[in-house]
Amino acid sequence: MSWQRFAALLHARNLEFIRDRSALSWSILLPVLLVLGFAFLFSNPDKDIYKVGVYGGDGTETDFFATEYIQFIPVTDLEPAIGKVKHHQLDMLIDMSSKPRYWLNSTSANGYVLERVLWGTTTTNAASGFIKQTVSGREIRYVDWAMPGILAMNMMFGCLFGVGYVIVRYRKNGVLKRLKATPLTAFEFLSAQVVSRIILLITVTTFVFVGTDFLINFVMLGSYATLLLVFSLGALCLVCLGLIMAARTASEELAGGILNLVAWPMMIFSGVWFSLEGVHPAAQYFAQVLPLTHIIDAARAVMNDGASLIDILPQLGILTVMTVVFLAIGASLFRWE
Amino acid sequence: MLTPTIQVNNLKKQFPGVDAVNDVSFAIHEGSCFGLLGPNGAGKTTTIEIMEGILPTTAGQVLYKGQPIGSRFQQEAGIQFQNTALQEFLTVKETLQLFQKLYARSVDLEELIETCALGEFLERDNRKLSGGQRQRLLLAIALVNDPQMVFLDEPTTGLDPQSRRNFWRLIENIKARGKTILLTTHYMEEAAVLCDEIAIMDHGRIIAMGSPKDLLEAHFNDILLQLPEEDFVLPQTPPNWDVRRHNSHIIIHTDAVHDTIRYLQEHNVSLARMEIRTRTLEDLFLELTGKELRG
Repeated sequence: MSWQRFAALLHARNLEFIRDRSALSWSILLPVLLVLGFAFLFSNPDKDIYKVGVYGGDGTETDFFATEYIQFIPVTDLEPAIGKVKHHQLDMLIDMSSKPRYWLNSTSANGYVLERVLWGTTTTNAASGFIKQTVSGREIRYVDWAMPGILAMNMMFGCLFGVGYVIVRYRKNGVLKRLKATPLTAFEFLSAQVVSRIILLITVTTFVFVGTDFLINFVMLGSYATLLLVFSLGALCLVCLGLIMAARTASEELAGGILNLVAWPMMIFSGVWFSLEGVHPAAQYFAQVLPLTHIIDAARAVMNDGASLIDILPQLGILTVMTVVFLAIGASLFRWE
Repeated sequence: MLTPTIQVNNLKKQFPGVDAVNDVSFAIHEGSCFGLLGPNGAGKTTTIEIMEGILPTTAGQVLYKGQPIGSRFQQEAGIQFQNTALQEFLTVKETLQLFQKLYARSVDLEELIETCALGEFLERDNRKLSGGQRQRLLLAIALVNDPQMVFLDEPTTGLDPQSRRNFWRLIENIKARGKTILLTTHYMEEAAVLCDEIAIMDHGRIIAMGSPKDLLEAHFNDILLQLPEEDFVLPQTPPNWDVRRHNSHIIIHTDAVHDTIRYLQEHNVSLARMEIRTRTLEDLFLELTGKELRG
């Protein structure tokens, strides 16, 4: 490994990216526009459906469960559901498993209304049997929930197309052939591409993060260092996936098709736009093989729930394994021509 | 005898359904310019790319200074490909600096810039170079590591005549510095001006090899007299004359120029538009293969 050759290529690639104004602007503008769009779309306070989590019971204990315009969502684990009440993702949580209890967020207007409805639809004796518990926490708006996914998705496109597509273009127009005729090794070339892309993506993501936070002040409960680690490892994993896609082909059209084939399932099944809770189990299993799922899960846990490094170790472990596997496959398949 | 700078022995390259290179052998000695000539599809580029280590060979071997090509060759070879793109959004100077850092040894950039006449467009984006400027940059990249062996694959294809002649001067400069050069071209004039030795390829084989002078002497001993067809009015052409028609012209092949001209004058043939020329490599190729070089 020659650090001089690595550094020369890294510098050249960085210049290429920074000077490609249209691509650079787009990689910053797209996520900002998406976030602003969602912030606007979901800013309407006139929601006609209240969300109530229900733990245990059979739904017949009280007429409250027959109230229209309330969505009753079965929950299987109390702790995360209480967290959702804290962040206004559930307006109320009812535990019917033993002695009836319910949780409200003390700052939630919806929770106050639902409590009045619960009392109004339940017999006095029964209602008096409910134990009220209150929690407090800042509301997690949809845009707060979606923010980690949008950042990760933008990074995914940057990694897959920024490395995969560029290498294919280099191969097609002869840049790779020219480099092959120098003492540069494939490892030095690929390392420079990977490191350059990660540095630039983290820089761009930081700009997007700070810019959108300034505009919409989204929730960030965890450590910035932990989030940086998640996105850095995630970017490395996705870049290595891009290397596999670009290992052999010299056709930009084919590469574009393959990259879209990989990117779109992640867009849909990795939880960028909607929670995977409640979707078909097959889709949930499928989501687990997609690196973006684990990046988003970890980033969302850090940003929305304040998760620590220990809390997200499983996701980091999976991403590390995926990175090693993708890198090994990509490096073994790589051809200059 | 000195070990050649580079030598190919019984080189073969097969692609599905075609023998692109078939049992090709030659050697290039230090400080000489060797021309590999032939029409498109003759196997020149395949041969040169095998020698450069870009393509694997089907059979045969390439030796650089007596050893199979390896890391030493990569450090000491300078290569200008026929078709290549450069990194986008980089200036000429940045491109040179990039390639300079890929080698352990390099020339002084200021000197290289002057040699290849890059000064006027040094800060220009690679994408905005003209054909001639681009070829000069590619040549500079090939020379950036102060190579001992320089490969130039059709370096003047697509250039206008003036740019081509300017490029020839650059190559003569490189020759004067004692570099060993392998040049492929389908311009016979270029080979005649620049090459000490040539090999003519057709259908993947070498069909003639030697210095241009030796090859011409070995194959031809005649001079060509060319007249417009309408001027060539003779009651009877002497039976021992070799007369051919080509593009509305009569071409007389003769080894007795004075006698032939005298005969034409005696029979009142107008010589006002007559051209006399010696044989060229173009003729040699036509003679050997029966087809035009750039056909």
